[in-house]
Amino acid sequence: MATAIGVMTHAEEDTGLWSWLTTVDHKRIGAVYTVAGFIFFMIGGLEAVAVRTQLAVPNGTVLDADRYNQFFTMHALTMIFLAIMPMGAGFFNYFIPLQIGARDVAFPRLNALSLWIFLGGGLLLNSSFFLGGAPNGGWFGYAPLSSIEYAKTSGMTFYVVGLLTLGLSTLIASLNFAVTIINMRAPGMSMMRLPVFIWMVLVVAFLLILSLPVLTVGLLQLYFDRVWGTSFFSPATGGDPILWQHIFWIFGHPEVYVLILPSMGIVSEVLPVMSKKPLFGYSAIVFAGAAIGVLGFGVWAHHMFTTGLGPVPQVVFSASTMAIGIPTGIKIFNWLGTMYGGNIRFVTATYFSVAFIALFTIGGISGVMHASPPIDGHHQDSYFVVAHLHYVLFGGAIMGIFAGLFYWFPKMSGRMLDETLGKIGFWIMFVGMNLTFFPMHFLGLAGMPRRIYTYDADLGWDTWNMVATIGSYTIATSVLIFVINVIKTMRKDKDAGDDPWGGATLEWATSSPPPAHDFDVIPEVRDRDPLWYDRDHGIARAAVPEHNHIHMPPPSYFPLIVALGALLIAVGSMTHLSVLGLGAVIAIYGVWGWALEPTD
Amino acid sequence: MAAAAHETQPATQHATTTGIDNRKVMMWIFLASECLFFGALISTYLIFKGDSLVGPYPKEILNIPVTSTSTFVLLMSSLTMVLAVYGAQHGRLGMMKVMLLATILLGLGFLGFQAYEFTEFVHEGLGLTTNQFGTSFFVLTGFHGTHVAVGVLYLLSLLVASNRRTGLGRDRALHIDIAGLYWHFVDVVWIVIFTIIYLIPN
Ligand code: HEM
Ligand SMILES: [Cu+2]
Repeated sequence: MATAIGVMTHAEEDTGLWSWLTTVDHKRIGAVYTVAGFIFFMIGGLEAVAVRTQLAVPNGTVLDADRYNQFFTMHALTMIFLAIMPMGAGFFNYFIPLQIGARDVAFPRLNALSLWIFLGGGLLLNSSFFLGGAPNGGWFGYAPLSSIEYAKTSGMTFYVVGLLTLGLSTLIASLNFAVTIINMRAPGMSMMRLPVFIWMVLVVAFLLILSLPVLTVGLLQLYFDRVWGTSFFSPATGGDPILWQHIFWIFGHPEVYVLILPSMGIVSEVLPVMSKKPLFGYSAIVFAGAAIGVLGFGVWAHHMFTTGLGPVPQVVFSASTMAIGIPTGIKIFNWLGTMYGGNIRFVTATYFSVAFIALFTIGGISGVMHASPPIDGHHQDSYFVVAHLHYVLFGGAIMGIFAGLFYWFPKMSGRMLDETLGKIGFWIMFVGMNLTFFPMHFLGLAGMPRRIYTYDADLGWDTWNMVATIGSYTIATSVLIFVINVIKTMRKDKDAGDDPWGGATLEWATSSPPPAHDFDVIPEVRDRDPLWYDRDHGIARAAVPEHNHIHMPPPSYFPLIVALGALLIAVGSMTHLSVLGLGAVIAIYGVWGWALEPTD
Repeated sequence: MAAAAHETQPATQHATTTGIDNRKVMMWIFLASECLFFGALISTYLIFKGDSLVGPYPKEILNIPVTSTSTFVLLMSSLTMVLAVYGAQHGRLGMMKVMLLATILLGLGFLGFQAYEFTEFVHEGLGLTTNQFGTSFFVLTGFHGTHVAVGVLYLLSLLVASNRRTGLGRDRALHIDIAGLYWHFVDVVWIVIFTIIYLIPN
């Protein structure tokens, strides 16, 4: 299928601002996602450091109660929706086409649209700090903490509108990724030859496609409650606050797998390459991922064991929650089996991957502990849960993302990150992470509730709180070291070559960074580890034809226009109908121009 | 793919892995997402059933004959939509355009009925915030109505585009087919909503 070698036009190498604003190249979009996600990661990190500073000593005075609520809420929202998911989306964008052997995603302009809506939504959410106060009712937005009676500032309205905007961006991106993986694979790339990373992205896309609409409904209902005076969630007039919890967690639990699965995929790419042997139990890991996706929809009420569900639902959800630990455990054995007997190269990416396995296992075990309702009665709303979620999110998701950054940075930039700085940074982060979050297990068991802005001395919580705060500064140091590493690396000459790690998957079969059209010739896939197969069987890369004119989609400014319209609609829903109307007109104009724009 | 050396091959639209056009696959997956959207709204309606603290209650206010008529109108629009797809696929452009227009008009008819129903209810004292029935009823049927309105705009833009000199281009049948998927989905959802709100006795 040497199709794309048709006629003429070649995307010119163009680097001006306008070329970035109108780009439809999945690699550029992926790079912007990654960089923006990392910037939000640092903002969210500063918020966390502020929170920890307040909690360092009893009766702290750094943040007052109101500001504290804003900071811990925005910390979670930023980390989940503006840092981990976008950095994941950055990798998805960059590497889906490269790993499945395509020249771009299925809908390049939609891809740009999701990027711009994401950036707009992120700015919108953060602008709330300067416009009367940020969201302060927790990332889970429980009623009545989110209802107008108790959350009088516009903060929780920003929450509703911000998450709706980000949800739109995520839905569009997920549809795009799902179609790309289903429909744009290189010849020979059957589903059971897909890289595990791509499998995990596919599961993530479907988790989002099926869970975001539920959150959307909940947010719309909350919007109606707050703005138009309905009472979906206020019991005084017949509403039901528990309904919100159901709706939120039907989204919320799949969402935690959205956060972890990409990192599981990354680790499944890094470990085989660094151990120089194929992934142990490919089909097991794929089916475990799919099983997690399916089961993930049947466990949401484990967040609600203390709401009085009644014995039968408690037993059912307890059992399903424990069951989801099984596929998770399978994966851990797959990674260990991959390394076992391998000739392991301990580069920084390996360090982060191994740390991922260890730390994620700790978080998984505490998860199974509060899968038991009586035990959860003790854990719920205590720092024990905070310890659990940070072992899976920081120890899991973030460690995996750093593994991916070190592994793929050479492909994205053509340069190797500094290994020495990388390893120093890794150890500081590893120590800092455990210093911060391990004591939270003790604090939780000693009865310290989460989401409190201060506490009295003599409760036995002082020491571990101080340790945790020291840990948070340690983590901040390690992030700084990574930033220095990136800056230092970007200043040197390109030294990576096409395939610095001896990789097995297709992204290593093109130059670093890849050309706009990704592959000179679309590769033919003969095995699960295509590059290793070709190497072992002495199959040379297909020769590049003499007249290799590859047609790439032209840049377009319509995504920017539609995103602007969507953003104005969001702003208008918080301010004035005329803004909303203007946004609608701009969006419709953008869609119309988009539909008529020639793409070839 | 044919070895057509001089045919332009857009990078993103060459032969797909499944053989189905990307846009059609996306519409199917999008509709799966929509199922969950309406699923959550319908569940909310069912959860609040019987939870109204004050009237008007559903059985006092629902006008089943009128809504049955509007349901019939919407069902007929699915028929005309099928015919529009048929026309597009068999190159019978006149039929396609007439049937698109008919679908649009029937869709508008349904929206007219809904506007009438909403104003009637408000006159009889049932507003968005009156009770849990009003809240969940207006939000559920309102979002369904919004979907119909989007569908009308969607079909209208296809009709307008098909009257340009270049028509709908070589993907004509595909465009109409995909719009049809959306339209039928919105129609099927209405059957579920109609059954749950109007037909199942309280
Ligand atoms: C072995 C798998 C897991 C099990 C059995 C499990 C179980 C649980 C349970 C029962 C809770 C509720 C605790 C409570 O509030 O009382 C919980 C909370 C939480 N889990 Fe997990 N979990 C697992 C994996 C994960 C993963 C992979 C993530 C994310 C990457 C995650 C993120 C969270 C978060 C964020 C919360 C707190 C939500 C909140 O209240 O704000 N969990 N987990
Ligand atoms: Cu959960």
